[in-house]
Amino acid sequence: MSVAAQPLANDHAHEEGHHEPTFIEKYIFSTDHKMIAKQYLITGLIMGVIGISMSMLMRLQLAWPNESFWIYEVLLGKFGEGGVMDPSIYLALSTIHGTIMVFYVLTAGLSGTFSNLLIPLQIGARDMASGFMNMISYWLFFISSIVIVSSFFVEAGPASAGWTVYPPLSALPQAIGGSGLGMTLWLVAITIFIASSLLGSLNYIVTVLNLRTEGMSMTRLPLTIWAFFVTAIIGVVSFPVLLAAGLLLLMDRSFGTSFFLSDIYIQGEVLSYQGGSPVLYEHLFWFLGHPEVYIVLLPALGITSEIIATNSRKPIFGYRAMIASILAIAFLSTVVWGHHMFVSGMNPFLGSVFTFTTLLIAIPSGVKAFNYITTLWKGNLQLNPAMLFSIGLVSTFVTGGLTGIILGDSTLDINVHDTYFVIAHFHLVMGISALYGLLAGVYHWFPKMFGRMMNKNLGYIHFWITAVGAYGIFFPMHFIGMAGLPRRYYKFTEFPYFDDLADTNILISVFAFITASAQLFFVYNFIHSIFYGKKAEQNPWKSNTLEWTTPVKHIHGNWPGEIPKVYRWPYDYSKMNKDETEYVIPGQDFVPQNVPIQENEEELNE
Amino acid sequence: MIALLIILVAALLGITIWQISKIFKLSQPVESDDSQIATNKDNEKQGKLFLVFIVFLYGLMIYSFWELSKFYAPGASDHAAEYDQLFFISLGLIMFVQVIIQFLIHWFSYKYRGQKGRKALFYADNDKLEFIWTIIPVITLAALIIYGLFSWSEIMNVEETDETLVVEIYAYQFDWRARYSGEDRTLGEANVRFIEGVNQLGLNESDPYAQDDIITTELHLPVGRPVLFKFRSQDVLHSAYFPFFRSQMNVVPGMITQFGFTPTTTSKEIRNSEYMVEKVRNINEIRRNNDNLGPDEKEYEFEYYLLCNKICGVSHYNMQMKIVVETEEEYQKWIEEQQSFGELTAQN
Repeated sequence: MSVAAQPLANDHAHEEGHHEPTFIEKYIFSTDHKMIAKQYLITGLIMGVIGISMSMLMRLQLAWPNESFWIYEVLLGKFGEGGVMDPSIYLALSTIHGTIMVFYVLTAGLSGTFSNLLIPLQIGARDMASGFMNMISYWLFFISSIVIVSSFFVEAGPASAGWTVYPPLSALPQAIGGSGLGMTLWLVAITIFIASSLLGSLNYIVTVLNLRTEGMSMTRLPLTIWAFFVTAIIGVVSFPVLLAAGLLLLMDRSFGTSFFLSDIYIQGEVLSYQGGSPVLYEHLFWFLGHPEVYIVLLPALGITSEIIATNSRKPIFGYRAMIASILAIAFLSTVVWGHHMFVSGMNPFLGSVFTFTTLLIAIPSGVKAFNYITTLWKGNLQLNPAMLFSIGLVSTFVTGGLTGIILGDSTLDINVHDTYFVIAHFHLVMGISALYGLLAGVYHWFPKMFGRMMNKNLGYIHFWITAVGAYGIFFPMHFIGMAGLPRRYYKFTEFPYFDDLADTNILISVFAFITASAQLFFVYNFIHSIFYGKKAEQNPWKSNTLEWTTPVKHIHGNWPGEIPKVYRWPYDYSKMNKDETEYVIPGQDFVPQNVPIQENEEELNE
Repeated sequence: MIALLIILVAALLGITIWQISKIFKLSQPVESDDSQIATNKDNEKQGKLFLVFIVFLYGLMIYSFWELSKFYAPGASDHAAEYDQLFFISLGLIMFVQVIIQFLIHWFSYKYRGQKGRKALFYADNDKLEFIWTIIPVITLAALIIYGLFSWSEIMNVEETDETLVVEIYAYQFDWRARYSGEDRTLGEANVRFIEGVNQLGLNESDPYAQDDIITTELHLPVGRPVLFKFRSQDVLHSAYFPFFRSQMNVVPGMITQFGFTPTTTSKEIRNSEYMVEKVRNINEIRRNNDNLGPDEKEYEFEYYLLCNKICGVSHYNMQMKIVVETEEEYQKWIEEQQSFGELTAQN
């Protein structure tokens, strides 16, 4: 007892006094943030493989709607009998694809991985504020993943009402088979997911506020940390609202309340619900749903800010403007949800208000894009795979963001609402962009996570096929949306008017198959490099942030000696001395954050 | 079992790629640098690939506009012209920005590709520049917002005059019905609780206004007359999407939503328009070559349609209603041939 009661005055004592962790402590129920980050990443990637495979089945169906494929029967069982996809399973696939990609891959897989890995390492902390809470957060996420995947194995199929699960469709098993047990499992999974996300987010917020090392003021934080911090705040503000919506929906489903249901006649009988409104559910859902877009996107933008600065060998342009735009985006993201509901039947005046706030959000987003481009300007770009994905993100973020100006305008939304135009828009701006952010992060911090390097040539092949494919899928998709093609249609052949779009649908599907196969390069590279990759050096990208001052081998507590002190912001790349004759540290174009201000150096940004 | 198969396939593919990469590696001259960090040579090559990529991206954009923008459906309502104008102005603006920004991103990635000995410019801040690219979007967006809001309030605030035709659009899994108000120009009271037998839309039989209501399976509209639609759903959410009329409104159980427009082009006119003749000719060619279609399905003639655009169940993809826009006389003739609700209930 006396040993444990001793304060950890000496950091070495902390090291040596630690008993050898067992396998279970080290790899399964670990409370070490680095291990939890890896657990999040690997779970997220597996969910990503599942989610992307689902979209492949959908693309196969949409390209050749009247053909049969044995793969349906193999993968979907009775829902693909004789190689013909059942319309109900098509809707289930689109529902679960959306749910998995948005929540499990791009929220938990992205935020969970990199917030956990980078927050303690980049702010100079030994671990998260609560390692135990962190572990619980991961395991809740894991259970939630199991529940959502298991919903594919229930008799009537998984939830099929779209990832937004609007009632009454999601509330009434009579309306669609998936709204029975499948939908219950969806609600259970999401409830557990919200608990996991809240535990994680609170931990991130507390850690960033309280555990920064000496000298690490808020204005010296890397932009990654700013992004994770603000993302966590948005999550804490908006996820509970989804929980409320889910609970009320559960009550309507199971206990006969009428929060969202009214005046329904289905399968020959009038239901007793009276007085509720589905529009109320839409409001509650999108109060989370829209901030969720930024929960997905902001970490990706934070990651790329860091990677672009490091690989351009230049400071990020407009550091303070970047922080201001993160904060502006975070604030605005909570007051724009109504743009998903312009034609929902809500008062048109509200539509005007939401158009206004929505188009406002283009301003900070624009500032971010311009700042990225200026960071590239006159740089010395080290085109590592992580850098390629970061540049790719800027490109898709701009392309996808611009079409948001059309969808955010209530008038223009009338005719493209719920068409493929919307699908193209949000896949580019949040799907592809956030995935690029995730991949960039993996390529960049792989040496930190696994102590080895990923193969760069496979990384290059992976990037270029993905970049060509992603645009090949989603750019033409805008046009079939403008033609009036609705989303969530099992096939389009019931309308002869759409017959001439078939070729474009095939083109999109072919691009989709190629792009998805290119991800195998990544999967192989990832797994192979964990075991056989080249051993990494301590600071392979010559980066300034604190995580590269830790040893390659993971140790509990991150730094073997004292925690480093911070003397400068993280972006002193290619900084010259006062006489403009040499770099601040001669022969080295970067100055890590833990290096004190030099004699011949001008101090900036303080 | 299935999961096992997938894992097996994935593993086999993985092994294939591994072997290919091994062969690839063996066939290469031995590289001295295997640090897995971009070298001068890598920067050179990847920088050039960014140039190739921007050519691809521009090519894709040109192809899409050239080949695919013809799918944009012609407008056939009073506000369609205004809608299209706003749409094209916005589209022009965003494409203008898109072309420039994408050029900058990819050109910089090429131009400033890393070279040994190159010094990057330490350039951390410039308030003037940042002010410029904040204020330009502010002004442009302000103009777009104001323009959009004027159109929005014009489209959404439909005034009901003596001339207005009020039609109820009734949605259920998986079809539509239209209800006309008849001679008294007032729709009778209705609620799902009145649904019984032939009274499929739940009209209140004791309401005198309901007696002359006319329920149809096709939507006929007289050209040039403002129509105000009242939407009602029997079961789940639907969305009434009229692509040619640039109109859409969700159909929500428990409440009545509305939307209005004035059709300006009759079905006959649009069928004979140059655009539609060409399009239908093309579609019929495709249909003739399609072996899955029966002989009577091969010939397609254009009709306006209303489709469901909010996920509503398994047959969501095939929930449509034919719309006919015709002259006032043709419309009057058609409506007189229809059975009123009173006649319908008296019959049964």
